[in-house]
Amino acid sequence: MSEQLQFTFDVNGENFTSAGEASVATKKNLRMLGYPPDIIRRVAIAMYEGEINMVIHAGGGFATVTVYPDKIEIILKDNGPGIADVALAMKEGFSTAPENIRSLGFGAGMGLPNMKKNTDTMTIESELGVGTTITMTVNT
Amino acid sequence: MAQYNHSVSLNPEKCCGCTHCLRHCPTEAIRIRDRRAVIDSARCIDCGECIRVCPHQAKKSVYDSLTDIPKDKFKIALPAPTLFGQFDNLEDIDYVLQGLLDYGFDEVFEVARAAEIVSDYTRRMIKTAKKPVISSACPVIERLLSLRYPLLTDNLLDILPPMEIAAKYAKREVLKNHPELSEDDICTVFISPCPAKVSYVKNKDAGERSYVDYVVSMSDVYFELLGVMKGDSLSPVPVSRTGMIGLSWASTGGEATALFNEKYLAADGIENVVRVLEEIDNGSFPELEFVELDACPGGCVGGVMTVTNPFIAKARLQNLRRYLPVAENHADDGDGVPDELKNQFTYNYAPQTIGSSRAEAMRIMIESEELKKQLPGIDCGSCGAPTCAAFAQDVASGNANLSECVVIMREKFKDLYKEEGENGK
Repeated sequence: MSEQLQFTFDVNGENFTSAGEASVATKKNLRMLGYPPDIIRRVAIAMYEGEINMVIHAGGGFATVTVYPDKIEIILKDNGPGIADVALAMKEGFSTAPENIRSLGFGAGMGLPNMKKNTDTMTIESELGVGTTITMTVNT
Repeated sequence: MAQYNHSVSLNPEKCCGCTHCLRHCPTEAIRIRDRRAVIDSARCIDCGECIRVCPHQAKKSVYDSLTDIPKDKFKIALPAPTLFGQFDNLEDIDYVLQGLLDYGFDEVFEVARAAEIVSDYTRRMIKTAKKPVISSACPVIERLLSLRYPLLTDNLLDILPPMEIAAKYAKREVLKNHPELSEDDICTVFISPCPAKVSYVKNKDAGERSYVDYVVSMSDVYFELLGVMKGDSLSPVPVSRTGMIGLSWASTGGEATALFNEKYLAADGIENVVRVLEEIDNGSFPELEFVELDACPGGCVGGVMTVTNPFIAKARLQNLRRYLPVAENHADDGDGVPDELKNQFTYNYAPQTIGSSRAEAMRIMIESEELKKQLPGIDCGSCGAPTCAAFAQDVASGNANLSECVVIMREKFKDLYKEEGENGK
């Protein structure tokens, strides 16, 4: 296929309650494309966690999902504060989420590890004060 | 997968092609074609939402008529607990049970009794089951899971719904008490609050037939009962054998609270249910042990085949159960759930995909993403599709024409008008 299928979502950082909507929309699209349920679930979880992160830490951003013949690629791009120590951030249980977010049940420090776990590749490019771009792929 | 038999149908004479059902269908199964609603059978989950919102009573439930029940058979009525909440000033359930006998049933077996047995077994098996356990009582949820959340079908409670167990036990009891009867002489009649139960019975796989023979509408039975329950209802003969738990199953949270386990979630109304399932499917709430989901608002009391407002019915049931024992029916001793009460159903994953192949689906989706940019995005429904996105997909898959969009046509018309005006000058 020469043309590629791409969905872009504006993840609204001002409305915490709408976080996760891009993940639901992507799930619906992948279902209609006939992907098996386990692939859909992995993409949905990785994307959901990423979306939540963008809303909690970066005031929102953009999520782009591209469907390739052999893989699904998710790019999450924000202009937030950046991640100071990526290796530390990848540790399970490490979290910088504020208390009000934790009281909602988020911020357990499982977001990034969960994204890593559910995808086949994941790269983080982050610069302090500039923003973070996370690229994940799930092989299909 | 065999053709699925639905129990929601349309009366084309009453349908005027308005967009009420279109907007409320949770699976976007409805389109308006030639000013009539058309239901896509592969997407419909029999939730009854379109019946609820149709202002012209054009959508209706399909169920057995009371006159379909053969008169010469030994007829067992299986009233859902919701039935008892329909009556005003009812002092005791026994009056309803007597009414069913007076109407012509030979025996009554309360479905609430089977519900209490299911609660007992659920408490027992939840310790070892895959969590969260999802209730199998509402057939809409079962179908929704198999269409959209196939990975969660493993979490469905592996016990038959109370209706099925009641039918099984009732037949067994009657055969024992009436040795002169054979199984062919008996029939079971479920008095249902919703069309989804009708679908459940109609779609049982061939190898495993339902023990329910007829499913009738609660509202039909209600009006018949009003006739026979008046008059000399001094002392009803049958005595209800239902406790608090059995009656509580009629409304949301009843099944869940009966487990005496606070790690539960209970949600009702199909839109809420879908939102909850999305979250659970994403692995949220790892601490949950039991999930009760009811498609109808308020639970079974909100079914479209009932007559009373669901909240009033719930309040009446609370009053009726006030002095009842916690439960009157219990599971057999021993470990686990007996095989005969287990759900043998296999779930076929049948998602609603677009196109016959991945390549075609990709083409349709790319095209519809492009088309979406031309559409107004106001989801007015005038084209016959529930949303502009759905319309774009219908156009891309060749099932609709872009000129059916009234907003696009209006713009075209304006341009034309302007052009003609300029030419005329």
